[in-house]
Amino acid sequence: MKLMKEFTKGFIKENPVFVMALGLCPTLAVTTSVENAIGMGFAATFVLVFSNIFISLIKNFIPAKVRIPAYIVVIASFVTIIDMVMHAFVPALHKNLGLFIPLIVVNCIILGRAEAFAGKNNVIRSIFDGLGMGIGFTIAIIVIGAIREILGAGQLLGFDVLPQTYKPVLVAILAPGAFLVMGLLMGLMNLKKK
Amino acid sequence: MTDVYAVSAAPHIKQRISVPSVMWQVVLALTPALLASIYFFGTKSLWLTLYGIISAVITEAVIQKIRKIPITVTDGSAVVTGMLVAFNINVSAPWWIPVVGSVFAIAIGKQIFGGLGFNIFNPALLARAFLVASWPTIMTSGWTPTRLGSISGLNSSIIPSTAIKAQNLITSATPLNVAQQLRDKVFTSGFADNLAESQAIANTIFDKLADFGTIQNLFWGNVGGVIGEVSAAALLIGAAFLAYRHIIEWRIPISYIGTVFVLTYFFGGINGLFSASILLPVFHIFAGGLILGAFFMATDMVTSPVTKKGRIYFGVGCGILTVVIRMVGGYPEGVSYSILLMNIAVPLIDRYTIPKPFGEKRIKK
Repeated sequence: MKLMKEFTKGFIKENPVFVMALGLCPTLAVTTSVENAIGMGFAATFVLVFSNIFISLIKNFIPAKVRIPAYIVVIASFVTIIDMVMHAFVPALHKNLGLFIPLIVVNCIILGRAEAFAGKNNVIRSIFDGLGMGIGFTIAIIVIGAIREILGAGQLLGFDVLPQTYKPVLVAILAPGAFLVMGLLMGLMNLKKK
Repeated sequence: MTDVYAVSAAPHIKQRISVPSVMWQVVLALTPALLASIYFFGTKSLWLTLYGIISAVITEAVIQKIRKIPITVTDGSAVVTGMLVAFNINVSAPWWIPVVGSVFAIAIGKQIFGGLGFNIFNPALLARAFLVASWPTIMTSGWTPTRLGSISGLNSSIIPSTAIKAQNLITSATPLNVAQQLRDKVFTSGFADNLAESQAIANTIFDKLADFGTIQNLFWGNVGGVIGEVSAAALLIGAAFLAYRHIIEWRIPISYIGTVFVLTYFFGGINGLFSASILLPVFHIFAGGLILGAFFMATDMVTSPVTKKGRIYFGVGCGILTVVIRMVGGYPEGVSYSILLMNIAVPLIDRYTIPKPFGEKRIKK
């Protein structure tokens, strides 16, 4: 029961993007399309789950003073793995995401969960926490990506969803659009909570 | 709105100034420009303006209803915003451009921040930036000639009709577009068969920009552009009315336009420093949206500094940014972005220009 709670808290109640405002760099930068968002979400979730596992396993051996560098090393290892895997199997997506895959290393959701959760809890709970947070992050960026892609290109996952006469709101897939969409969604979430 | 705050000690002179009276006077002051636009561009400019106004008013009412606060659309502020949004739009634009612009201006530009008095950006200019970023082709091309037949304000007989590219340039682009393309030498080499001749044609066009006849065209309104900026004369009538009623004060527009004048005289020529004739700064003042921006948008009470010194800094800053964008930037016109950028700096300007209370002495540390 408690495990379930660790799993689901990341979806809405402690959503890393909309509630904790973590990991905003990939949220703003790669959500120009749903495809990018899905790729980013999976990559981050993978890294999150595995770094949570390993950090909770080795937490007792890490001296408190150097824990952050140690976490970064663990996280960077998994980022390297996912970077190479994506490069090999989904080269197009890898090229689209570009720099933002290596940048998962400094994604503050992952470091934040390592510091706040995996460094204090056992392996099983850390897995559920990482998975829940990863899914919460993925949902958030897919929602943002979907809104931006529909408004800004009239497409969803590359398929036209709006009539041909629709003139895309170009600004939605530019940087200001990312801030606008994220800010409005965050505002809606806050409104709901009240 | 002003019940709570007593700013200074008594005695006070009480004046009958209220938000509605100010806003409706601004609407009145904008009317000559609208009439000029209807004269030069036809009734479509009236329709676009009405679409802008109506959608701004409806958006404001709907959002105030959702926020459960008193509905204040009769105070005219939404009307002014809608009107200014439409004034930033090309006459050939489709009907939904002012509608989308006004909805964005009111919803995102104003009500999200808390309504009138809380917005940090001029809502109409924010909407313009949004529209230009979203539909750049609609917003920055397809200029309509006025009923007197001119877009660039230039007479096409100044260059030989065999120079087709040069003819196309001066019959299809607004004056600032022409200036920018000459500056960037976009077509210069293609004006004639050999380079020297091309350069001579480019120089002729550039000289004619700062010609008295061109400036007359710009002043009275025989020039292509957005709805509001067409006639400098009509805008100045409105501005004079507002200045007479003390609704706008002179510091921002004068320092803004003065800065543009000085800087374009220094840097305006295409042959280096001080190569411009004295009429070129005049051209820069009447071309594009400077008059509209300086008198009606930079002076927006909510988004301009409250201190007197601060207003001068604000105007100078707007002027510098406008000239930099016109001379160096990628856009031909920079009034809207310069005002938006200076809007961000307003809290900072206000903070550093707090006037000294009478009798106070600063103690040196």
